[in-house]
Amino acid sequence: MDFEFTEEQRLLKETVDRFTAAEYDFEQRNQYAKERGGWSPAVWRRFAELGLLGLPFSESHGGFGRGPVELMIVMEAFGRALVLEPYFSTIVLGGSALRRALSPDLQAALIPQVVAGEMILGFAWMERQSRYNHADVKTTAKKDGAGWRLSGEKTLVLHGDSADKLIVTARVSGAQRDRKGIGVFLVDAKAEGVERRGYPTQDGLRAAEIAFNNVRLEDIDLIAAPEQGDAFVERMIDEAMAALCAEAVGVMSVMQETTVEYLKTRQQFGRPIGQFQALQHRAVDMLIALEQARSMAMFATMMVEEENATERRRAMCAAKAQIGRSGRKIGEEAIQLHGGIGMTMEYKVGHYFKRMTMLDRQFGDAEFHIAALADMGGLISA
Amino acid sequence: MDLTFTPEELAFREKARQFFRTEIPQAIRDKVAEGRHLSREDIVTAHRIMNAHGWAVPHWPREWGGQDWSPVQIYFYQDEMQQACVPPPLPFNVNMVGPVIAAFGNEAQKNYFLPKIANIDIWFCQGFSEPGAGSDLASLRTSAKRVNGYYVVNGQKTWTTLAQYADWIFCLVRTDPSAKKQEGISFLLIDMKTPGITVRPIQTIDGGREINEVFFDEVKVPVENLVGEENKGWDYAKFLLSNERTGIARVGISKERIRRIKQLAAVERVGDSPLIEDRRFREKLAAVEIELKALEMTQLRIVAAERNRPKGKPDPASSILKIKGSEIQQATTELLMDVVGPYVLPYREEREDGWNEPPIGPDYAAAAAPTYFNWRKISIYGGSNEIQRNILAKAILGL
Repeated sequence: MDFEFTEEQRLLKETVDRFTAAEYDFEQRNQYAKERGGWSPAVWRRFAELGLLGLPFSESHGGFGRGPVELMIVMEAFGRALVLEPYFSTIVLGGSALRRALSPDLQAALIPQVVAGEMILGFAWMERQSRYNHADVKTTAKKDGAGWRLSGEKTLVLHGDSADKLIVTARVSGAQRDRKGIGVFLVDAKAEGVERRGYPTQDGLRAAEIAFNNVRLEDIDLIAAPEQGDAFVERMIDEAMAALCAEAVGVMSVMQETTVEYLKTRQQFGRPIGQFQALQHRAVDMLIALEQARSMAMFATMMVEEENATERRRAMCAAKAQIGRSGRKIGEEAIQLHGGIGMTMEYKVGHYFKRMTMLDRQFGDAEFHIAALADMGGLISA
Repeated sequence: MDLTFTPEELAFREKARQFFRTEIPQAIRDKVAEGRHLSREDIVTAHRIMNAHGWAVPHWPREWGGQDWSPVQIYFYQDEMQQACVPPPLPFNVNMVGPVIAAFGNEAQKNYFLPKIANIDIWFCQGFSEPGAGSDLASLRTSAKRVNGYYVVNGQKTWTTLAQYADWIFCLVRTDPSAKKQEGISFLLIDMKTPGITVRPIQTIDGGREINEVFFDEVKVPVENLVGEENKGWDYAKFLLSNERTGIARVGISKERIRRIKQLAAVERVGDSPLIEDRRFREKLAAVEIELKALEMTQLRIVAAERNRPKGKPDPASSILKIKGSEIQQATTELLMDVVGPYVLPYREEREDGWNEPPIGPDYAAAAAPTYFNWRKISIYGGSNEIQRNILAKAILGL
């Protein structure tokens, strides 16, 4: 049992922290958000230079062959800086899919482009009716000679408007909610028949509604066959959840630290308000919620490579639920303890609160995961 | 960063599991599992088996029976003991007065007391709280005046757990009434058979009789029963209260209780199906399990960080373990009442020899409400959760 980073991991953390401190403060972030697509291509190039885009890919594809701990380090730092760039959709989700894609030729062609910062990916899995159930898929892929025809509508695709390629789940066989018969395809975002409508999200990021109208695909574009599609997507989502937990810990820790700083400096009744016990105890409860969340983000990181899918999913559900609950508490308390200033767009804490609230909604909120864990019999076997 | 333990650590865990489950009598462990009353003999029996094995005082200095275990070993020892429903070695002896004597006592005191404390040949109780000194412990007023080789003790202690079984009491007493309140306090060992001591039981809301008031009326205590220096007792009390902080979360107890809740909820039926299949109940239980897993991880993080801390300097973060651990333990007692449902109602007086009436309803129902009532104490004793929040606000947040 060891909770410490290796020397290399410490160096990575220093690199990312130094970068966000110098090039990603709150003002700079506001500038990046105004760029086309809602994020900065220059920052993305810096990520490539720093080697962050190659972390989870194998060295044979130009990557660094790093694992979940490294992604945790980066995601937590990005959470602290409220990073807008499509790292999560391209490197975490896209990385998870490309690393396990069926065709070695496809991997060899695409991964080096991703590592070099020349390709943005989006994951199109949700549909209007599906909520958080990845197996609820109406979009269809029908065999068409040596290729496929894709039709349907996907919703809430993170950074779907910036993506060069889309990873799309589609029903090849079976009924709408069958776990079997889901294929995963890689689709060129500019292909004929793809229609995208991008829009901002509550937390300042971007998403898109995407329609596929009889889009022609080749066999090489099938990255997970229908027999493996469900497990393939589940694994993507598990890896996504672990990364989101780390990002959320970064977001929460800034809210907690900022609030404590505010309690120490804000004067009312002739003294810092942090001298009032009612506020001290609430600040302590924020700390406890944060430490519980951090513990579970670490747990998720250490369990994400577990081969037993049920055990892995139990851990992810538990972690994501804890993150959701801790995040809501810390966020709401951060706003309350800041008072009026916390309500303003010009002050940073509200932006963290909004990001946290949206993180809870990604890949299942706290209540969803508590229910899912309960359905799996909980964590402790009777 | 990884969660795997070394083969040696895992072998130790297995050894601990075997020991607690095979060496400690099943009848005693059943009582703990079912939330029933333990007799003095039960506690002494379990304690002595552990001591014979060298496992009653593993955290003590080596020369007095300590084992020099790593923090991970201590963690497994506690976790397996708790999951096996083994009553822990008497905390007043092994976690409180023993370490104080080992650290601050003179040679004669160490030689006389430590082996007897380790083997529970002397049962100690704790004389700290007073009617006017709870969270503000340093305002205690029980006085000890030095007269001809004796301290003459007058005053009153309260909330004294299991004083009715105790042979001795360790007390904080005021030896210098003119000094600042923390500076005039001394640490005295007092034989409970000394004339002038009266023990009056206090019944708790669950019906139990585990706490007492202890009155001191002109009690003559030989000066050689002073531990350390006169008027330095507050330092020793702080040392005592900071010991053994990682076990405070009692994660193993909550794990075992959740297991029991699941087993009973599979038996209790609501309409045509077992309670465990009820969605609201299952989700409530899952939510507690998640908090418990997070607490276990938090505890492991604190345990792992102990390697880098100076010995005897507890991590103030252990107050998190106390707060969260007590909240979760209390939540499990609520869930157990939810399982039992209407059969929490019947009240039955518990005696040393068992229940005085035949059971009403299922036999597992009887302890549900008393345990719920009794366990409200967990967030009060050992520094109330509000005091723990004060500690965290100051030591970690710097407020």
